[in-house]
Amino acid sequence: MNWVLDNLDLIGRLSLDHLRLSVVPIVLGFVIAIPLGWVAWRLRITGAVLLTVAGLLYTIPSIALIVALPAIIGTSLLSESNVTIALTLYAVAIMSRSVAEALGSVDTGTRQAAVAMGYSSWRRFWGVDFPLAGPVLLAGLRVVAVSTIALVTVGALVGIDSLGYLFTNGYQRRIIPEILAGLVVTMALALIVDGLLVLVGRALMPWTRRQPSASVKESAETSFGRGVNPGGAA
Amino acid sequence: MNLFQEALAWLTSPDRASGTLPLAEAIGQHIGFTAVSVLIAAAIAIPLGYLIGHTGKGREMAVGLSGAARAIPSFGLILLLVLVLGVTRSEIGAVIAFVLLAIPSILAGAYAGVQAVDRRTVDAARSVGMTEWQILLKVEAPLGLPLLIGGLRSATLQVVATVTLAGYVNLGGIGFHIIQGLQLRRYEQILGASLIVVVLALTLDLLFALITLAVRPGGGSGRPRRRLATS
Repeated sequence: MNWVLDNLDLIGRLSLDHLRLSVVPIVLGFVIAIPLGWVAWRLRITGAVLLTVAGLLYTIPSIALIVALPAIIGTSLLSESNVTIALTLYAVAIMSRSVAEALGSVDTGTRQAAVAMGYSSWRRFWGVDFPLAGPVLLAGLRVVAVSTIALVTVGALVGIDSLGYLFTNGYQRRIIPEILAGLVVTMALALIVDGLLVLVGRALMPWTRRQPSASVKESAETSFGRGVNPGGAA
Repeated sequence: MNLFQEALAWLTSPDRASGTLPLAEAIGQHIGFTAVSVLIAAAIAIPLGYLIGHTGKGREMAVGLSGAARAIPSFGLILLLVLVLGVTRSEIGAVIAFVLLAIPSILAGAYAGVQAVDRRTVDAARSVGMTEWQILLKVEAPLGLPLLIGGLRSATLQVVATVTLAGYVNLGGIGFHIIQGLQLRRYEQILGASLIVVVLALTLDLLFALITLAVRPGGGSGRPRRRLATS
């Protein structure tokens, strides 16, 4: 416990680094996945290929991807962009499937009503499909956010400072409280971001507040069985 | 892609058969850690998942557990357990960490599989006089098998990826070569060893895809399911 009290500023600084490293992949992953997920939902065969590739991408162990990226794309081994790019790839891989599922969850009748009212396809997507897909999108985004925050720690192996630094440093110096602090703070960070996403979701989608729809709950649950976690593991 | 050639050269070099840790032995260790951890996790999680799925009790807990487990940084968990158990028992510490990481997926697969069975089917089984055990073993377990295999698949892929980190705590595996490559700044070694991990993960994924096809109730002649749903 003393170690934690003596190093509060270090933990604080690393937490900020950690957040900074996590936010970019989460946001980028979400943005890139929207067109990809749309394609996967719209075009059957292209979509199947796309989602299969995304699934395979996700089986690549993160440590392997992070350390192999400099070799593949020529970045420096110590560059922060390796972690950012690797985690963005994972985020895109999970999220594009979520986007496809989310768009599929929108009631066809509602969509047809929008067409009948004369919505152009662009306006229909942003005005009808996208907001109604919101709850399932949010479920996917929460998975992405939590697993990204956990994965950022692996960057410590290539010297990218995050709360993962407490793991490598604590292990080398045999300080158990240091590792424990890293674990607890990382998980707390994940829970806080997850909670924030839920709050933002409630603010943006007031209609979900009253009736926590069964379909959302279900899709969030099946995502466990389906193994959203694999390669992300480490 | 010069570096890929160098990586392939590293992989195929005769030196890989000797040295501190021959490559074949590293792969063997890697598979060994994965298999042992997934088996132990399955032995714990499958009965528990069936219990939850069959009785419907503790479901909220299982869902919450799976969600929380995703937030655990596996790297930290391994280092923590290895330090807590001491370096002489680091193997046990690492395996406990892998087992803990594998349990949520298998648990979710087991209970989701049982719960996905049509309630009318279960009621029918009960009305023809099957005992609860028979319902579980002869109706719910076989029908829920595809989802259980899906859970095992996630768990296996997660563990095979995480075992790479065993190299950091001197337990060998393919991660040994990645960590050594990092320390010595040998890019071709890092890339070569990473490729092996990727190939191993993809092979296991393929293996589970085939098993999923094989265990589909009705031998695949039933209604066409969306294959991607389990990948």
